[in-house]
Amino acid sequence: MVAVLDQARAWDAAAAVPDPEVPCVTVADLGILRWVKLRNGVAVAGVSPTYSGCPAVLAIEMAIEAALREAGFDAEIERLLSPPWTTDWITDEGREKLRAYGIAPPVGAAGKGALFSDPVVPCPKCGSTSTEKLSEFGSTACKAQYRCTACAEPFDYFKCI
Amino acid sequence: MAHLALIELADDHLILGHRLSEWCGHAPMLEEDLALPNMALDLIGTARTLYDHAATLEDAGRSEDDLAFLRVEREYRNLLLVERPNGDFAQTMLRQLYFAAFMAPFWHAAQDSSDEVVRGVAGKASKEMAYHIRHAGEWVIRLGDGTEESAERMAEAVEELHRFTDELFESSPEAEATETAGVLPSRDRIRAAWDATIAEVFSQAALEVPEVYPQTGGRAGLHGECLGHLLAEMQYLQRAYPGATW
Repeated sequence: MVAVLDQARAWDAAAAVPDPEVPCVTVADLGILRWVKLRNGVAVAGVSPTYSGCPAVLAIEMAIEAALREAGFDAEIERLLSPPWTTDWITDEGREKLRAYGIAPPVGAAGKGALFSDPVVPCPKCGSTSTEKLSEFGSTACKAQYRCTACAEPFDYFKCI
Repeated sequence: MAHLALIELADDHLILGHRLSEWCGHAPMLEEDLALPNMALDLIGTARTLYDHAATLEDAGRSEDDLAFLRVEREYRNLLLVERPNGDFAQTMLRQLYFAAFMAPFWHAAQDSSDEVVRGVAGKASKEMAYHIRHAGEWVIRLGDGTEESAERMAEAVEELHRFTDELFESSPEAEATETAGVLPSRDRIRAAWDATIAEVFSQAALEVPEVYPQTGGRAGLHGECLGHLLAEMQYLQRAYPGATW
């Protein structure tokens, strides 16, 4: 019983860590934090990197480890490459937080990468669907740059992968 | 021996990643200045995991950094294509298209690898390479079917780089052994998918697939002069201050 409570407490501590690039969402919202297990008294967190070369991976792992230690656990990180992280793992709450922050959440399910096709991305400010892609890559690898042609707002789109 | 095949693959990604990073601060527009280093990060991230895994399999006390920074030119086994200088934007985009059009189906097939780490890398990299195809493909079309000058430069890029593409489908003896063991997909089997992607992009870009005399040698460590210059810059810190960490 204590172990179960401890495991839940460890999860809560790790899950509250914000993403360093997009601090409006937590690592749990993004689905980067896969699980937290107690293993021989050590809280082990399973973490999936978003992109192969995401420079935030190390920062995220260190932040989760620090949060677990602060909650009184010995902590370890297990990096999980497989199955690969997908934007499908972003929770509904995470999507809502992204939109409120001004980042359009991923549209549709990941996987069907046609050679030349772009999704219709609604503007996170005014909701209009008349938007245009400015660049496949935004300030980070996980985002593309869009502009709303209705309200003229430039915005980031969290790419669907 | 699987570690040697993984090092070849890692070398391809590291060297092309370094080439793309050379555009940082020099790209023709801000969007591309962000896009190219982002794609470089994808490639370098993939290279890191492959080097790390190769070092583990080799079990000779070398680290991923040793493999990346402490080998000499002849020990690099990357494709000649990826070491080619950036040239103009047309050449950089075409080189990227050639590479990504191969790696996307390669990584897709590698998701069935018998090696767990390779499966993990493949899952991520196949998605990332699909983006690289789109990005580079759209540029090749825009330039090839663009102004008189852009079309001319794109055609020159094809003439310059197409001869390096045959090497994509060659397997070294080390790679062949991993293909038999089910660790990596057979490179030769990727040709149909590569041909189809290139044909689709070229037809929209008003470009012709030329007849070329293939240039190979990278997998045997026989490189162009350009690789030495690249390594001189990339390895500078570890050469000047051996063992430096921060």
